Amino acid sequence: MAAAAPGPNDRDDEDGSTVFWVLQGMRGILSTPALILSTAMIGFAGLAREAGLGWLEASFMSLMIWALPAQIILIGAITAGTSLAAAAFAVALSSLRLTPMVVALAPELKGPRTRRLTLYLLSHFVAITAWVFAMERVGRVPRDMRTAFFAGFAVTLTLANTVLIAVVFNLIGQLPALVTGALAFLTPVYFLSSLYGSARDLAGRLALVFGMLALPLAHAVAPQFELVVAGLLGGVPAFVIGRWLEARRAP
Amino acid sequence: MILDLTYRSLDAPWWPFVFILLAGWLPTDIWRFLGIASAGGVRDDATAAKLARTVATALVAAVIAQLVLYPSGELAKLPTWLRVASIASGFGTYVFGGRRILAGIAVAEVVLVGGALLLGAAGPR
Repeated sequence: MAAAAPGPNDRDDEDGSTVFWVLQGMRGILSTPALILSTAMIGFAGLAREAGLGWLEASFMSLMIWALPAQIILIGAITAGTSLAAAAFAVALSSLRLTPMVVALAPELKGPRTRRLTLYLLSHFVAITAWVFAMERVGRVPRDMRTAFFAGFAVTLTLANTVLIAVVFNLIGQLPALVTGALAFLTPVYFLSSLYGSARDLAGRLALVFGMLALPLAHAVAPQFELVVAGLLGGVPAFVIGRWLEARRAP
Repeated sequence: MILDLTYRSLDAPWWPFVFILLAGWLPTDIWRFLGIASAGGVRDDATAAKLARTVATALVAAVIAQLVLYPSGELAKLPTWLRVASIASGFGTYVFGGRRILAGIAVAEVVLVGGALLLGAAGPR
């Protein structure tokens, strides 16, 4: 795997090759998954505006979190007037999935001379879209160029969408009110479809249904903590029932 | 106590950014950094990882329901049944129409905007 790199050893040529792979990564922001993500980010801009945030806060949030579920949860927490501790807890629960994703991606990106600091910095740009993109393609990139390739794609994707949010947020002000609502509604449709598509097992799909059903209940019982309560109320039974059904199905 | 403060608790212009960093950036990047720190080291616990993924999925599902049932702003002026019909038609299009996310989004938006225009609920201001 590591041996395939036909990369030149000469310093100048190596720099030229780094630029080449950064550009190869950057080209990826024109791919279909990246365009779908941009649609979702337009939705996020609409949602943030509906929640009463400013454009700078919305762009800052996206740049610093760079995980759409966590961003949407934080918007929900801000709308509901949730405390800092409860909001952070809900965000932490939703972002937990990033650890196994990074654990899986890091050995793929790491070259013989990759510094740990580089990996820490690049890990900030790991989210679903960049992760899927990198896991698919990084195997075809010479090992010592993989961080350059990933940075070219993921950093560009993050920055481009940060700018997109700022632009869309300000354009929305010129549009009819119904359009703002319609843009905000992009998010739930996008999430429901993409989550259903990426749910690998029965438990994941059950969690989708149970989580939605649990929300009105949690909203009535504990509006301050409705997201966390619904997440646990939906997720734990989905996990247990999913396991039980899969065990029964297996001979 | 800072943990009890909400996004709108303080009037200072820097507070929303601090709130976003503490409630958003920190509890997200900490998991990414943990991933780098433990990459290749820790044996991965399949059961714990699966439970975490399932709860995280239910959490995002709850957010979806929240956005549909208890939205803010312009969407709150539309009837609940219209929002439910919109997301149901979009999701149905996605599932039964060849798994194309953009097609599902387009159908949901047509139902939402078309319904709103027919109802006249969101007339011009």
